[in-house]
Amino acid sequence: MEDIISTTNQILTTDGLPLKVSLRKTERKNKIRAFLLVFPLLLFIIITFVVPIGDMLLRSVDDSQINSVYSKTFEEYNKWDSENDELPPEAVYEAIFNEIHYGDKVQVGKALTRMNYSKSGWKSLIKKTRRAIKKIIKSGELPTSYKETMISIHEGWGDRLFWVSMKQMVNENTAIYYWNAIDRTYDIDGNVIMQDEKRRMYIKTWVRTFKVSVYVTFFCLILGFPVAHLLANLPLRYSNLLMIFVLLPFWTSLLVRTTAWIVMLQQKGVINGVLVWLGIINDDQRIQMVYNMTGTIIAMTQILLPFMILPLYSVMKVIPKSHMRAAQNLGAKPVRAFIRVYLPQTVPGMSAGGLLVFVLAIGYFITPELVGGKDGQLIGHWIAYHLKTTLNWGLCAAIGSILLVIMLVLYWLYNKIVGIDNIKLG
Amino acid sequence: MALPSYASPVQRTYYYVYLLICSFVFFFLIAPLVAIIPISFSQSPFMVFTEGMMSWPPDPEAWSFRWYRYMVGICTDENLTTPCSNKWMIGTVNSFFVGFVSTFFATALGTLAALGLSRPHMPYKALIMSILISPMIVPLIITAAGMFFFYAKINLVYTFTGIILAHIALSTPFVVITVTATLVGFDMNMVRASQSLGAKPMKTFFKVIMPLILPGVISGALFAFITSFDEVVIVMFMASLDQLTIPKQMWAGIRQEISPVILCMATCLVVLSIFLLTTVELLRRRSEKMRGISRQ
Repeated sequence: MEDIISTTNQILTTDGLPLKVSLRKTERKNKIRAFLLVFPLLLFIIITFVVPIGDMLLRSVDDSQINSVYSKTFEEYNKWDSENDELPPEAVYEAIFNEIHYGDKVQVGKALTRMNYSKSGWKSLIKKTRRAIKKIIKSGELPTSYKETMISIHEGWGDRLFWVSMKQMVNENTAIYYWNAIDRTYDIDGNVIMQDEKRRMYIKTWVRTFKVSVYVTFFCLILGFPVAHLLANLPLRYSNLLMIFVLLPFWTSLLVRTTAWIVMLQQKGVINGVLVWLGIINDDQRIQMVYNMTGTIIAMTQILLPFMILPLYSVMKVIPKSHMRAAQNLGAKPVRAFIRVYLPQTVPGMSAGGLLVFVLAIGYFITPELVGGKDGQLIGHWIAYHLKTTLNWGLCAAIGSILLVIMLVLYWLYNKIVGIDNIKLG
Repeated sequence: MALPSYASPVQRTYYYVYLLICSFVFFFLIAPLVAIIPISFSQSPFMVFTEGMMSWPPDPEAWSFRWYRYMVGICTDENLTTPCSNKWMIGTVNSFFVGFVSTFFATALGTLAALGLSRPHMPYKALIMSILISPMIVPLIITAAGMFFFYAKINLVYTFTGIILAHIALSTPFVVITVTATLVGFDMNMVRASQSLGAKPMKTFFKVIMPLILPGVISGALFAFITSFDEVVIVMFMASLDQLTIPKQMWAGIRQEISPVILCMATCLVVLSIFLLTTVELLRRRSEKMRGISRQ
């Protein structure tokens, strides 16, 4: 009975469709229209940004280059019963003999670098062998036993350690770069061990990156809090004027601000000059404040301070002034009223600003690179170094990926606490 | 904010300490930017205040436009000690070129996307928004590494096209954020009214929507411009040796030849940022007035 009523009472639109259907249709049309407006940018960002980042993530575990150079060798290698036989069978020697000689020279060269990450000595071994093989092929007499010929070229081919180290390369994916990024490496049997004492530099840099970021966040908080409070409580005329002091550095080129700090902090710089002039220090005791960690922390604090002040300001702006007065009326001393009433209400601002400054600080590159000297470098330095200088792109990508994951976790937190669409500019 | 007349001496002390701290922070924020300006007019080849500059009455010998002449590539100085070339001017031209082109595309794409995102019917809004904003969030050095690997594959490294594409991606989030902010509280009835009065969608866009969101679009464009104009990490990896820009030249300057020419350019950039800041601030006030929102 109810069914009949509902069907007969259905409201129809002019084109005879039930209203519900028609509404859904328009809804869908609207959705498509909205999406079409966003689509060009979405596509653009995916192609020019998301895909490159994904490519980098893949590169950090990618070991396919060497696998394509030595595909036949690795295929035969996997058949080697390394538990019982001291050295791989003849077929492996034959395969690597051919692949070293006939392989593309550039590709073989690239693979060499990768092989040296697993065991040093591969590079010279293969280079030497390559020259010898060339002579053999030229002479026209193919060896009867590849194994013996190769061992006679270089005794490394009879060294079991080289062959065992190859086990780390036969997989298309590798974790070696990630282990390298935290100062670890594989030993010859594929166990994870610490790097040599001399080569341990990444954990040190990671720790320093976190330390500097914590310092910078802390200094930004204690310097930013009073200023945000002042700006939020002054009459609009004055606060707008003072806001320029916060916004102008925000709008000024990062390199200008960094240069300015070099001018301020260097040995013959403004601060040392003033201290000498005031007679606080002698001319020969000028303080070294730049090209070290102090310089990095001072410059980064000034550069990131606006990111702390602005969120704090917007939170403090809406705290009613009556709260403090009420607390004091009820007998609280000003300090107590401040700690128990005012401070808790600013926590959202402090966490937003703090997290933002911290996140920006751990990914900082330009400023530490220019004012940090030797002991003020952050982790970004190694990404650039491996990208441009050593060309160890796998390690570069691995460090980048670890940093990216840390960022994403922090932003996820930020989103939970503040909401990502609450980011405001200016 | 002023201290009430019944404040106790302790409160007074607190209050003055508080003001002292605030003035220190303001000084800390602005002093480095102010300090570089006089040094850029120095006669000396070092980035320091010379004795002559600080003497009273002022010593005209200590001041000069010497480094500004270097900056614009006039190398007629007899006692030439620092390298002088027209690199700074080439850099300026390139920076403005890359900046303008990427701003144009970033603003167009970003505004369209912001319009779509502000519609009530937008599906997967949170997800799409986080993808669009991600270039602003990921540290530049990671972006630069990722883009370098990928653009190397498709032969876009060492070209202006590659740099411009990267800069567009980096600067669109700023446009999306500012335009979306202007569209908050946008009255959709105005669009409906315009359509019911017979305006075609294009006409509605240019005659009704555009004038209302224009302040946001211009602020977004300025943000986009400064992002591209100031960007150095990507340029460092993706530009060839002769593709100079101002930030790249400054980087090289700080690294290799520390000369006051850097400070001349820095002074120009401070002036530029004052100009941009003023424009954005005026636009924001205008937009708030137009939309009837007053700043509390």
